[in-house]
Amino acid sequence: MILKTLSSKILNAMALIIVVMIFALPFFWMATTSLKTLGETIVFPPVWLPEKLNWQNFQQAWQSGPFLHYFINSVLVSVGILILQLLTIIPAAYAFARYRFRGDTFFFGLTMITLMIPSQLIFLPVYLQMSAWGLLDTLWALILPFSSSAFGIFLLRQSFKQVPEELLEAARLDEASEWRIMMRIMVPMAKPVLITFGLFSFITHWNDYFWPLVMTTTDEARTLPIGVTKLLHVEGGVAWHILMAGNMMLVLPILLVFFFAQRHIIRAFVYTGVK
Amino acid sequence: MMVWAKIRPYAMIAPAILIFCLFYIYPIGYMVYLSTFDWNFVSPTKMYVGLENFTSLFSESAFREVMHNSITYTCLTVFFTLGMSLFLAIWLNKKSMVYRFVQGAIFSPHIISLVSISMLWMWLMDTEYGLLNWLLSLVGGEKIQWLTHPDVALYSLVLVAVWKGIGFNTLVFIAGLQSIPRDIYEAAELDEANRFRMFYKITLPMLSPTLFFLTVICMIGSFQIFDTISIMTQGGPINSTNTFVYFIYENGFRFFNIGYASAAGVVLLIILSILTFLYFRLLSRSVHYR
Repeated sequence: MILKTLSSKILNAMALIIVVMIFALPFFWMATTSLKTLGETIVFPPVWLPEKLNWQNFQQAWQSGPFLHYFINSVLVSVGILILQLLTIIPAAYAFARYRFRGDTFFFGLTMITLMIPSQLIFLPVYLQMSAWGLLDTLWALILPFSSSAFGIFLLRQSFKQVPEELLEAARLDEASEWRIMMRIMVPMAKPVLITFGLFSFITHWNDYFWPLVMTTTDEARTLPIGVTKLLHVEGGVAWHILMAGNMMLVLPILLVFFFAQRHIIRAFVYTGVK
Repeated sequence: MMVWAKIRPYAMIAPAILIFCLFYIYPIGYMVYLSTFDWNFVSPTKMYVGLENFTSLFSESAFREVMHNSITYTCLTVFFTLGMSLFLAIWLNKKSMVYRFVQGAIFSPHIISLVSISMLWMWLMDTEYGLLNWLLSLVGGEKIQWLTHPDVALYSLVLVAVWKGIGFNTLVFIAGLQSIPRDIYEAAELDEANRFRMFYKITLPMLSPTLFFLTVICMIGSFQIFDTISIMTQGGPINSTNTFVYFIYENGFRFFNIGYASAAGVVLLIILSILTFLYFRLLSRSVHYR
């Protein structure tokens, strides 16, 4: 009996290790490849660890294009989107949570419909629109369409609704303006939700490849994911070690943040699945 | 003062609503409008052709292939992702540090850019020097042309999608499992129900809203797959991995066939609308809520 439980425990532990390997090994492979020489990437059977650590791969990847420029664009786009989103979703969520006004269900319905429309579906008409406004190849083309978020409004409205009415009544008796109530009472109370949404938004747009691909034709407004794909199209086939070094630069910031704020990030993404 | 109190809520929602109308609602209408025109971006003349774009779409074998590829890819991805996630969720639904770590590990691909995941798997799937073929050779298998053989490439993309998606779905399932009240299981244990029966009679019905939700989310996501195809296969070899969004992208941006691409977009819109509608219908009926 004891033997049986012990052996099933060992089996279970082995199964767990295999599962972790399936998800960790590809990332480990990316990391080791990024430090190999070209010769070490084109042998069979493959080399597990490089002879010496070739840090110059990163330098080579970085210098193969205007990577600093891509990096700055990525930061501007991700942060710019987040700031504009907060500016538009906080008042909207407050209005939907706390006021009754004519047409409120209609406007909230409109917001929820937006939640169902993916950018992969409407990029063509939006592209033509941007082209008509002369915004192609500018950061605005990457920021404006995402400068509000139906998902954010939905989340915030939920948490604004939970603030007790007495608090607001008391504040109104003190002649506090609605703006003050929103910023001084509501927003601090919704802080966890705002952090959750912020992480979700930043990571999503940091990783985005499709939208910048569609909206840019020159390096002017290109972001890191586009820059990294440029490494695919080098002369004489793919140089895997350089390519993986480029990808490490894209992946490491996110993995580091994930390592330190794992619980927050998981909550931010799993929120969408738990209504 | 009174007037301002009346207008205030509208002023507060105005910026968000304006963005939604400009970049979501209006483009949908514009796309439907464009789908009835023959227009290549280069020449300024638009010709009204009614439903001709649609008839030529459906008569073209390439588009029929695209439909077929998209549906195959979606069904396989949804089936394997959700099946494995459900299994993993039941297994990993424990609160110890070790299990937390494993949950984190399987979730990690979800927050990594699909661009990097695509290139990483391209490298793993490299026919000559890739890790996967080396692992196969260990167990005496032949080298597989993961991305360069027309009969295999689509399944390779499914593999990548499942690998990326499993963690997220598992964690949502775990959240669903934890919301099932313990006392139901305790009552079942008193009745000496076996584990399989408990799963079938309690867990599955109680999880059905989560299962519906994830099925629809996963289907909608799979129908829009673009990044892996654009980077790993470019729709090839011989059109075997060409799917909806990639087809629209190519027709719009490479061949400047705006009307034609819009028509394909409208077909995708209809599919996604049906899925969304179905989801809400199913949710409002026959789901075990407490």
